[in-house]
Amino acid sequence: MLEIVLKMLFIVLVILGGMLPLITWVERKQSAVMQDRIGANRADLMGVTVLGLLHPVADVLKLFSKEDVVPTGANRTLHLLAPVVAIVPAIVTLAVIPFGGSYTFGGATLNLVVADVDWGIVFVFAVGGIATYGAVMAGWASNNNWSLLGSMRAAAQMVSYEVTMGFSIVGLFMIYETLQLPAMAAWQDDSFRLLGFIEYLLDIPLPAFLGWIRLPLWGVFLQPLGFVLFLVCIMAENKRPPFDAPEGESELVAGYHLEYSGMRFGLFYTAEFLEVPVIGCILTTLFFGGWSIPFLPQETIVGFIGAGFGEGFATGVCLVLHVLSFLMKVALMIWLQMALRWTLPRFRYDQVMDLCWKIILPLSIANVFVTGAIILWIETVMA
Amino acid sequence: MLAEFVGILLILALALLIAAAFLVLHRMLSPKREFAEKLEPFECGESQIVSPHRRFSVKFYLVAMLFVLFDVEAMFFYPWGALFRDLGGYGLAVMAVFSVPLVLGLLYEWKKGALEW
Repeated sequence: MLEIVLKMLFIVLVILGGMLPLITWVERKQSAVMQDRIGANRADLMGVTVLGLLHPVADVLKLFSKEDVVPTGANRTLHLLAPVVAIVPAIVTLAVIPFGGSYTFGGATLNLVVADVDWGIVFVFAVGGIATYGAVMAGWASNNNWSLLGSMRAAAQMVSYEVTMGFSIVGLFMIYETLQLPAMAAWQDDSFRLLGFIEYLLDIPLPAFLGWIRLPLWGVFLQPLGFVLFLVCIMAENKRPPFDAPEGESELVAGYHLEYSGMRFGLFYTAEFLEVPVIGCILTTLFFGGWSIPFLPQETIVGFIGAGFGEGFATGVCLVLHVLSFLMKVALMIWLQMALRWTLPRFRYDQVMDLCWKIILPLSIANVFVTGAIILWIETVMA
Repeated sequence: MLAEFVGILLILALALLIAAAFLVLHRMLSPKREFAEKLEPFECGESQIVSPHRRFSVKFYLVAMLFVLFDVEAMFFYPWGALFRDLGGYGLAVMAVFSVPLVLGLLYEWKKGALEW
């Protein structure tokens, strides 16, 4: 029980307390760098600006001190509940994310995931689906035309991309043979010889130095198409640019959170920004080896350090390295999302829907069967 | 197995607590100066002339129906995918047969213009 509470507090503190305020700063600074501006640097505490790092603090203070306006004719209950429904799924998703592997100290096993469930990935999608209700409730409860239009767009976009998101990673389950997120991360803690299959097919030994070229056994190398499709889907699911037609300032003013002010708006804003590291966690676990360190499997690290310092100490070092490796990969995934967000202009709504139903859905279904055929072919060749 | 649900319930409670704390703190810190004009729904400076609670395009209903169909189909792929290597060629053939109505349905929707926006 204590162990579960500690693990939960760790992941929530790191993501919600550490990464979230940093991301609101990175969003501004990275856009400034990409657009050749100076960026956020005005918020100061007695003349000290520390690179604009005080802006998240100023944001929170401002949002708390703004008046809470509920428009006339609004459904007050739904208006209050909508931001809560938007932010809770983002936090709850963290329960099934493995931020470290499984470690044995003496007789006790420490499994660094809050809830190690067999249906981890299904839980991610189920909880992510609830976020749709937040947008719909906000638009419906606000008694505002812009809000309702925005929430209808949000609902249609989010349910469409949920379908394709589900199909695009079936290929991964066929390779990993599991739906359990910690098991997927552990499966990827290995590497493979890039040119091994050429050698096998041509039946001639390649020069030795080519045999040294290895890649980590990560989902992104085994399912490159699946990764691209999944990345597009999960970014569209988050409704951030370039997929922010539901908010579309130039057409809908602010979309479904137009009638929200103060911290009620702040919760929507937090939910959207919180999804960025959560998406980073999901991408890392599914496609980038989770907590694993490239070319250094757990046994190698424990064996190497354990030879000199004892196995318990080695396992502890391994644990710290794995958690750091996981957080670094998540930070890279956040950088990727930010770079995409500031590179691409907003898509038109019909383009967003066409991309989902006419391009991604057929491609992801084809991906399942092509992956299946390749797996069967490899198994017959190897047998 | 139950221990896993404890973790999920705890994090759900924590998430609700965080959201509630934000809203309560906001209520305590924010000023309250309301008057009729401020509380009007925003309509680019005009008074609201049509109620937002009116009929909207049938496309949204179509997408919702397509979502239910395809998402259920996607759920059938999950256990099949996890067991694929045990099922082998038989599994692939069965799933191909299962997907024929799915793909035909998609093509039909496409042809009928249900996917046009």
